Amino acid sequence: MVSPAHFIALSVILFVIGAVGVLVRRNAIVVFMCVELMLNAANLAFVTFARMHGALDGQVIAFFVMVVAAAEVVVGLAILTAIFRARRSASVDDANLMKY
Amino acid sequence: MTHSIVLAGPAAETTRLLIYWVLAIGSVAAALGMILARRAVHCALLLAVVMLSLSVFYLMNGAPFLALVQIIVYTGAVLMLFLFVLMIVGITAADSIIETIRGQRLWAALAGITMLILLSLVIGHAVIGPEGKSSAQFGNSNVTALAHLIFTRYVFPFELTSALLITAAVGAMVLAHRERLRPKPTQRDLAAARIASSHPTPLPGPGTYAQHNSVDMPALLPDGSQAELSVSPVLSGAGRAERPPALGGPQPGGEQPPAVPGRAPASGPEAGDQ
Amino acid sequence: MTGSADGALAHSAVAIATLHATGLQDAAWLLLAFPLLGAAILLLGGKRTNSWGHLVGVAMPVLAFVYGVAAFVQMLGYPAAQRSRDLTIYQFINVGRFHVPMGLQLDQLSICFVLLITGVGSLIHIFAVGYMSHDPERRRFFGYMNLFIAAMLLLVLADNYLGLYVGWEGVGLASYLLIGFWQYKPSAATAAKKAFIANRVGDAGLSLAIMLMFFQFGSVTFTGVFGAVGSASHGVVLAIGLLLLLGACGKSAQVPLQSWLLDAMEGPTPVSALIHAATMVTAGVYLIVRSAPIFDLSAGARLAVAIVGAVTLLFGAIIGCAKDDIKKALAGSTMSQIGYMMLAAGLGPAGYVFAIAQLLAHGFFKAGLFLGAGSVKHEMDDEVDMRRFGGLARVMPITWVTFGLGYLAIIGVPPLSGFFTKDPIIDAAFAKGGTSGALLGTAALIGAGITAFYMSRVMLMTFAGERRWDENVHPHEAPPVMTSPMIVLAIGSVAAGGFLILGNRLLNFLGPVTGVPPTLHGIWTPAGGAALALVVAGAALAYLMYGRRDVPVTAPAGSPATVAARKDLYGDAVNESLLMRPGQWLTRLSVYFDNRGVDGIVNTVAATFGGSSGRLRRVQTGFVRSYALSMLIGAVLLVGALLLVRL
Repeated sequence: MVSPAHFIALSVILFVIGAVGVLVRRNAIVVFMCVELMLNAANLAFVTFARMHGALDGQVIAFFVMVVAAAEVVVGLAILTAIFRARRSASVDDANLMKY
Repeated sequence: MTHSIVLAGPAAETTRLLIYWVLAIGSVAAALGMILARRAVHCALLLAVVMLSLSVFYLMNGAPFLALVQIIVYTGAVLMLFLFVLMIVGITAADSIIETIRGQRLWAALAGITMLILLSLVIGHAVIGPEGKSSAQFGNSNVTALAHLIFTRYVFPFELTSALLITAAVGAMVLAHRERLRPKPTQRDLAAARIASSHPTPLPGPGTYAQHNSVDMPALLPDGSQAELSVSPVLSGAGRAERPPALGGPQPGGEQPPAVPGRAPASGPEAGDQ
Repeated sequence: MTGSADGALAHSAVAIATLHATGLQDAAWLLLAFPLLGAAILLLGGKRTNSWGHLVGVAMPVLAFVYGVAAFVQMLGYPAAQRSRDLTIYQFINVGRFHVPMGLQLDQLSICFVLLITGVGSLIHIFAVGYMSHDPERRRFFGYMNLFIAAMLLLVLADNYLGLYVGWEGVGLASYLLIGFWQYKPSAATAAKKAFIANRVGDAGLSLAIMLMFFQFGSVTFTGVFGAVGSASHGVVLAIGLLLLLGACGKSAQVPLQSWLLDAMEGPTPVSALIHAATMVTAGVYLIVRSAPIFDLSAGARLAVAIVGAVTLLFGAIIGCAKDDIKKALAGSTMSQIGYMMLAAGLGPAGYVFAIAQLLAHGFFKAGLFLGAGSVKHEMDDEVDMRRFGGLARVMPITWVTFGLGYLAIIGVPPLSGFFTKDPIIDAAFAKGGTSGALLGTAALIGAGITAFYMSRVMLMTFAGERRWDENVHPHEAPPVMTSPMIVLAIGSVAAGGFLILGNRLLNFLGPVTGVPPTLHGIWTPAGGAALALVVAGAALAYLMYGRRDVPVTAPAGSPATVAARKDLYGDAVNESLLMRPGQWLTRLSVYFDNRGVDGIVNTVAATFGGSSGRLRRVQTGFVRSYALSMLIGAVLLVGALLLVRL
């Protein structure tokens, strides 16, 4: 019997994996993809809760999350492209001028 | 049709269980692979796997509209956007596994595990009840019901997100815009530059070998060394993962062709290591 | 209460001044006003007053003396029990329980001192006009001298211990200013500092005594303290007595605070005559005699005073034997004579009157001796080494005669002053009885012999024998302005002792204040005879050593005793090792502790902050991923906290 708890558990696991991925990868694009993974995990949780409560509000919120995620990806990748053109590097470690 | 999967009857129970477990394990494996893979393109493809699995999960949870939106918008548009940018930025073959920040991996792993434990405790303590009673809004009239909600209760966020989308689009255009500083070279200029350069002839094509014939394989010159001009500068990075084994020779260096506007500079784009 | 065998306690009388001053005596503040006015005019007026300043400086003590004589005459008109008069000038301190009126007390004891201070002081001021005639700073000198007179008068006239203390400090200040009068001389400046610091140690004792008095009795006026001292415990009275003794030691240059007196001879000779012979150094004796009701109640304190006096009289005499500087020899003599006075004051009512008698007589002949020495020094181009004198009797006859009369007076040749004042002290010491009496008396006898020796030595080396002068020194007699005071003082040296002692004049006069001795010895006593014999022996020994043989111009090596005496019996060495070195170590320790400890703490705190900030700074690596890691850790902590709360 697949209960919502299963989906929540899966959502948690995917979220954590995405969080660790943000910290560990150096390629900016891959970092973005890990962020997308986290957002997707959250979406899964929303949809599951919507099913649990018997109301569609969760799905509406998941929908909006998708919209915002799309906008974010657009802007983020545009920034990345601009940076890449200027610096020839897409590594997040290269923007470290604010060190002590 | 969606009924039997979405609104689980007893016969579909084992099916659901099977689908869940297979896809769950698959998506977790894909996610892990995504954060561990070397090449960025592999990461993108594994993310696509995760997203598609999630789409099936949405279906199982009575959100058919969202499932399809997930496939069309998320996987089909957003992920493709990632792949396009990967293409622009370029692929580097070489990778450095060495972590430059001391202790980062250790602490990241610790934090991740702690987060996992804590969140598990949270959901263990929370009351996650069974599925609510199913109704038509989880099935055939999902779109209508969603639209009803969006345009009545959530109309304000809807308007805001539409403004957000417009802003994002305009912003992306502004960010990616490149001002032309010199006049656009006409065909006459290009031809004149090509004749004046050291190689007026067309550039050599990539090498074609028994086991490798991709666009990024370099051709060989008569003395056995690689011809840098045979590979598009977009594709030649600071290093490359695969070499034709019988061939040796120096890595393609950063030979700079004359700065002709329109041609990408030849110094290998250093797409960041993975 | 004390049950001591000292029957003199029964005679101790405290004339509590309850009567208010009337008539002329009501203006007793004039005694202070005249010299203060003189000091103000001369010191504040500055160089403008240079031409006539010395006349003002002389006039003020003379006016004070005239007033003093008038007040004395008025006092003699009162019956004996009503001679103690008091007048209040204003409320000095009025805080909570602490009320101190500033008033003046004119009684028999203070009038004696007033006459001595103003009389001998006026004479010395006149002498100084001639002595300091070549000094461009003469006006400042008289300003300081007048300041001294004012402070000393306040000391003896105050009717409470706090007013006495103000005068005490004032004379200490004047002494410092006058010893270091020639500031450009490093030796003078050092001597002034030394005097001030040694005095300060004594002042600490006096101020502690005053504090103890206030704490115990709630009052610091004489009437208040003497009225309440009977109810205090033995320990408190002993403590007050010992602290007062400490103060007196400092001011009167008694052992252990005696080291400053010989160095104080750096000042001009009139200063030595007035301050360090006649008046300031006798302030300690005044303090003890005035505090008679306190000392009457504590045999221990009295014994301490007597022992200090006995030790000092021998100490000063031994030092005086080996000094070639005439002023330093006379300073040793002063130390010794004040030792006699202290010894007498330590014998209780049996000795108070004789202490005052010796004090008054000593004022005359010691001032005369010092003025004579000053005249000699003035004529010998400021030479003070007696080895360069010799044969001055012919050239300076007046000086020789006055000095000689003072010499005979001090060694106690009848019928001059010293005989009449010193012998009763020796008698009273022996009459004390017991081992202490015998020891004290013997010490006084030996002291008399040594006094004769060294004073004869001074006389012989200075006035007799061959001339040992430098080539360009041509001494002749001093001008009249200098010789007239010496003549007056010589008359006093001759007559004062007999005048005071014969017929018990001073005894009857001072009796109501100090108490009378239980037994009165006659003029000729066995102890007095022994003293006279020792005096003759001492003078004869001096004649043998210095009169018959030639006096070498350079000082010979001398026996160990001579060497020790030349070094002031190692008084300075003792002070240095006991006080100065520990003080230096304490200072160095404090500096070290301050540098390492206090600064160390402060610097460590600063360094801690600096260091820790330097470490914390490294968190800012500049890498986005590190920041992302901290954000994740923060989120983990938040979730944990929420979990805890919900648990």
